[in-house]
Amino acid sequence: MSTVEQTLIVAPTEPSDAGITANAAAPGTTSAPAQPVAKAASPARAALRQFLRSPSGVAGAIMLLLLILVAILGPILWPTDPLEIVGLPFAPPDPDALLGTDYLGRDVLAGLIHGGRATMTVGAVAAFITIIIGVSVGALSGFFGGWIDSLLVKISEFFQVLPPLLFAMVLVTLFGPKLTTITIAIGAVSWTPAARLTRAEFMRLRDLDFIKASRAAGAGNWHLIMRVVLPNALPPIIVSATLAIGVAILFEGGLSFLGLGDPNTMSWGLMIGQNRNYVLDAWWAVTFPGAAIFLAVLAVSLVGDGINDAVNPRLRRR
Amino acid sequence: MAPVLSVEDLSVSMTDRDGKLVPVLENLSFSVDRGRTIALVGESGCGKSMTALAIMRLLPEGFVVTSGRILLEGEDVLTARNQRMRALRGDTVSMVFQEPMTALNPLYTVGDQIAEALYHHRNLSRREANEQAVEFLKAVQIPAAEHRAKTYPHQMSGGMRQRVMIAMAIACKPKLLIADEPTTALDVTVQAQIFDLLAKLQEETETAIVLITHDLGAVAELADDIAVLYAGRCIETGPSQEIAARPRHPYTRGLLACMPHLAIGQPKPSVWVDLGEIPGMVPGLGNRGPDCAFLARCSYASEVCRSQPQPPLGAIDTGHAVSCWLAREIAA
Repeated sequence: MSTVEQTLIVAPTEPSDAGITANAAAPGTTSAPAQPVAKAASPARAALRQFLRSPSGVAGAIMLLLLILVAILGPILWPTDPLEIVGLPFAPPDPDALLGTDYLGRDVLAGLIHGGRATMTVGAVAAFITIIIGVSVGALSGFFGGWIDSLLVKISEFFQVLPPLLFAMVLVTLFGPKLTTITIAIGAVSWTPAARLTRAEFMRLRDLDFIKASRAAGAGNWHLIMRVVLPNALPPIIVSATLAIGVAILFEGGLSFLGLGDPNTMSWGLMIGQNRNYVLDAWWAVTFPGAAIFLAVLAVSLVGDGINDAVNPRLRRR
Repeated sequence: MAPVLSVEDLSVSMTDRDGKLVPVLENLSFSVDRGRTIALVGESGCGKSMTALAIMRLLPEGFVVTSGRILLEGEDVLTARNQRMRALRGDTVSMVFQEPMTALNPLYTVGDQIAEALYHHRNLSRREANEQAVEFLKAVQIPAAEHRAKTYPHQMSGGMRQRVMIAMAIACKPKLLIADEPTTALDVTVQAQIFDLLAKLQEETETAIVLITHDLGAVAELADDIAVLYAGRCIETGPSQEIAARPRHPYTRGLLACMPHLAIGQPKPSVWVDLGEIPGMVPGLGNRGPDCAFLARCSYASEVCRSQPQPPLGAIDTGHAVSCWLAREIAA
């Protein structure tokens, strides 16, 4: 077992943690043949192993996987069309409609299962847009500095001072309440935190010795940004990307609640929005999609925190 | 034979907050031939590292070259296009940094980092580059090189990492290697190993080396020539043996006197002599007048020195030049 105990579990940025975490992690995790030099765990694999040791992170990941699975297998599990009227309005939960019907007599369970698809797709795609815009702006800004930085910071400040929900409402109103519009609108209004984070990371990394060393070895700007700085800035970006999914799901709920959801695509937010006037008459039509949003956002947040603990060396010893 | 590197009359200035130019390096000239080593010696803040960065054309923001030429194999790097410069860096000229703990990318294995330069400059396949990377790890005397190539920098000691840095620097067989205080962050025992390694590699590859250091004693063996910098000016230059044996400038003498000399097997001296020191500090940027920069700290300073500007580098012997009004008196 002695070689196993040399296997280092450590995040890339703070090697000094190696000795402390190595022994705790080692028993039974891997078995390598006796070698003179400890086999290196790649930073990504080390972070994964760290993540798997966080109970809340794993719980979140399982919840998230289940939700995704239900969304994918939805039509097979519960083939009822969520927009089809299946019975009387406001029918309480009973064997015919397990979770009752809404104000138009549509099946709430079908809405939950099919709506999860839309909601989580919006969440994931909007978070993706957020991160792509945010990381691009932040990376250019932090890496080059100077007038590029000033310009990009001015632009993101412009976005920052607008209330995001109002701004998204304006965009959706202008371009019509379609799912794609909503997704793009959410992405377009929520990229500034990612940009600020990336900019700060790039500015911190830009002047480190190994970046200078890469430059001295002939690396160009593109190579430095993509292959040297970005991978080192990635841990906090991954965390914020995960959390952005939760924010985007809430955003979609909020927009739909205010009546700006896509009426032709069932989503959790739309269910709440359309039934919100009848909460007292038919609690089930609002409560179940509300609980679904809660669970999804909770799952994503737990995963985000788990990743944060796994990749952030400063939190390692908690 | 033309020198690999020749720096002619190089001056570098820094733009201060008011936009004024503050000289950092003044009229520096030196050259290195193939297979030879020149050491740039001086205290912190004397412009040694700025010289290195100017040669790489990697001066930090706000620093500008105000005069002079830097010829790398006859090609002026100061006027080269950016693209050409990128091709030169890491290939024709490469650099070893001071701090091996932070100069390696923590996310890639050391093998990958060495292979990277080969892949880009030599158009090798990834596989060939990786194989060669292992060869270079062997060349810098890292045991179990095949295995070490797959480890990450944090799993290595400082000396190991500096060897990796050197392996990266020599991977493309550069004509010129700039080593910026390569041993400052290392144990004394490891320092000697690194110097030996550099000497050995130089013998094999005939690379010209610019060695930057503040340790005059450490370089006497490795370097062929020494240029002593003070406050951005070259104040003494010559063959290293000559300078170590017969330093002419009071500053050079001071530097040598600052070093303890241990002799094993000698009886305890009857009178202990205090280790020398040079009182005062290097004059700050912007506080350097036209007169001798070392004047305020010089114990030899006389009226001659105070009444005249910094003397030009004057030849005092074959290849040995000193910038001091009293050079002849001091020598005597």
